[in-house]
Amino acid sequence: MKQSLRVMVLVVAVGATGGLLASGGDESRGRLPAVTHAQWQAECSACHLAYHPGLLPERSWHRIMAGLDQHFGENASLDAATAADIDRFLAANAADRSDHRRSRRIAGSIAPGAAPLRISDTPWFVREHREIAAATWRRPKIGSPANCAACHQGADQGDFSERRIRIPK
Amino acid sequence: MADLPLLLLLLWALAAPALAADPRSMLRELEAQARAANPAFKGFSAERGAAFYRSERPGGDGKPVACASCHTPDPKAVGRTRANKDIQPLAPGANRERFTDPAKVDKWFRRNCNDVLGRACSVEEKGDFLAYLISVK
Ligand code: HEC
Ligand code: HEC
Ligand code: HEC
Repeated sequence: MKQSLRVMVLVVAVGATGGLLASGGDESRGRLPAVTHAQWQAECSACHLAYHPGLLPERSWHRIMAGLDQHFGENASLDAATAADIDRFLAANAADRSDHRRSRRIAGSIAPGAAPLRISDTPWFVREHREIAAATWRRPKIGSPANCAACHQGADQGDFSERRIRIPK
Repeated sequence: MADLPLLLLLLWALAAPALAADPRSMLRELEAQARAANPAFKGFSAERGAAFYRSERPGGDGKPVACASCHTPDPKAVGRTRANKDIQPLAPGANRERFTDPAKVDKWFRRNCNDVLGRACSVEEKGDFLAYLISVK
């Protein structure tokens, strides 16, 4: 009796831990690790969603942060202290510094010498979205591949899981 | 003496609202600047501000651009950035967060004036612009 109780406790404990690990990993649900940084959130979400740092390698973020005065045709410049602070945060959580499977795949798809300024230009992105027609990207409610949140309902929380994808008409 | 922390808290509570800005205090601040720079200054005009808000100039990509391009012709309406994100209304009457944070206002005047005019906005332009937005009901 005692023996079987002990086994039962063991089974429940292992099961619970397994469940915790699975949800803690967040991988099955396609979610990147939660990150917070007040200035990044405020400054980089004004014109588009704040792209999760785990979507580009460190060298790409440095390039982006060094060219904010000419940022995709916009002037997104910041004072030097704020820019340096955000740059450090992005670098520390960049795709090539992350253990997350998705981040590693993104980083791995980029040639060592390349530092793309766009997530949507990485070979990983192109591959994941190869079934989307050019005309779909240009729909008024979408506009461009950079508008992740148009189709990925959890994009601003780094959640790109398939069950939360809805392509606007 | 035990009341000192309480007193400090009270002082802080009283001082905090004075530090926060609102659209009208920002307009007064711009007025003071305009008068200091130009003794003949006659006051801002919401009408000039409305014209400024809508007047188009050739943009960087050749397409005409105005403040209204992103903020829409109606400052009470939700606008759209070039990256296709919503912009909450600019008129304080429709969005109470507008013109309450001087650093934010400075930052966007700097960026957007440069974007649309290719230069900084003058104090008169900013004052007319804000007078117009406040007048929108
Ligand atoms: C003034 C507006 C503005 C601000 C502020 C801004 N951006 Fe952008 N950003 C844009 C525009 C416009 C695009 C191009 C969107 C498109 O192609 O549809 C863009 C694109 C991007 C892209 C590429 C998206 C892709 O994969 O195609 C990244 C990455 C990016 N921004 C990062 C940042 C970061 C980091 C910050 C904060 C430091 C920031 N942005 C702040 C306007 C802005
Ligand atoms: C037009 C809508 C649309 C836009 C915009 C879009 N995606 Fe996607 N994305 C999809 C679709 C649809 C899929 C699923 C593709 C498949 O499974 O065949 C997908 C797949 C993905 C996946 C893989 C999900 C999984 O679980 O396999 C990731 C990650 C992703 N997108 C990230 C992004 C990012 C980051 C952006 C913005 C830079 C973006 N997407 C913009 C529609 C979009
Ligand atoms: C390319 C798009 C674009 C254009 C053109 C544009 N703006 Fe803006 N503007 C924005 C965005 C994005 C914000 C910040 C969004 C937010 O705070 O929600 C903003 C915010 C502002 C703010 C900040 C107000 C506050 O208190 O939050 C001011 C002031 C402003 N714009 C003035 C102007 C003026 C003046 C012009 C024309 C000379 C102009 N804008 C043209 C995109 C634009």
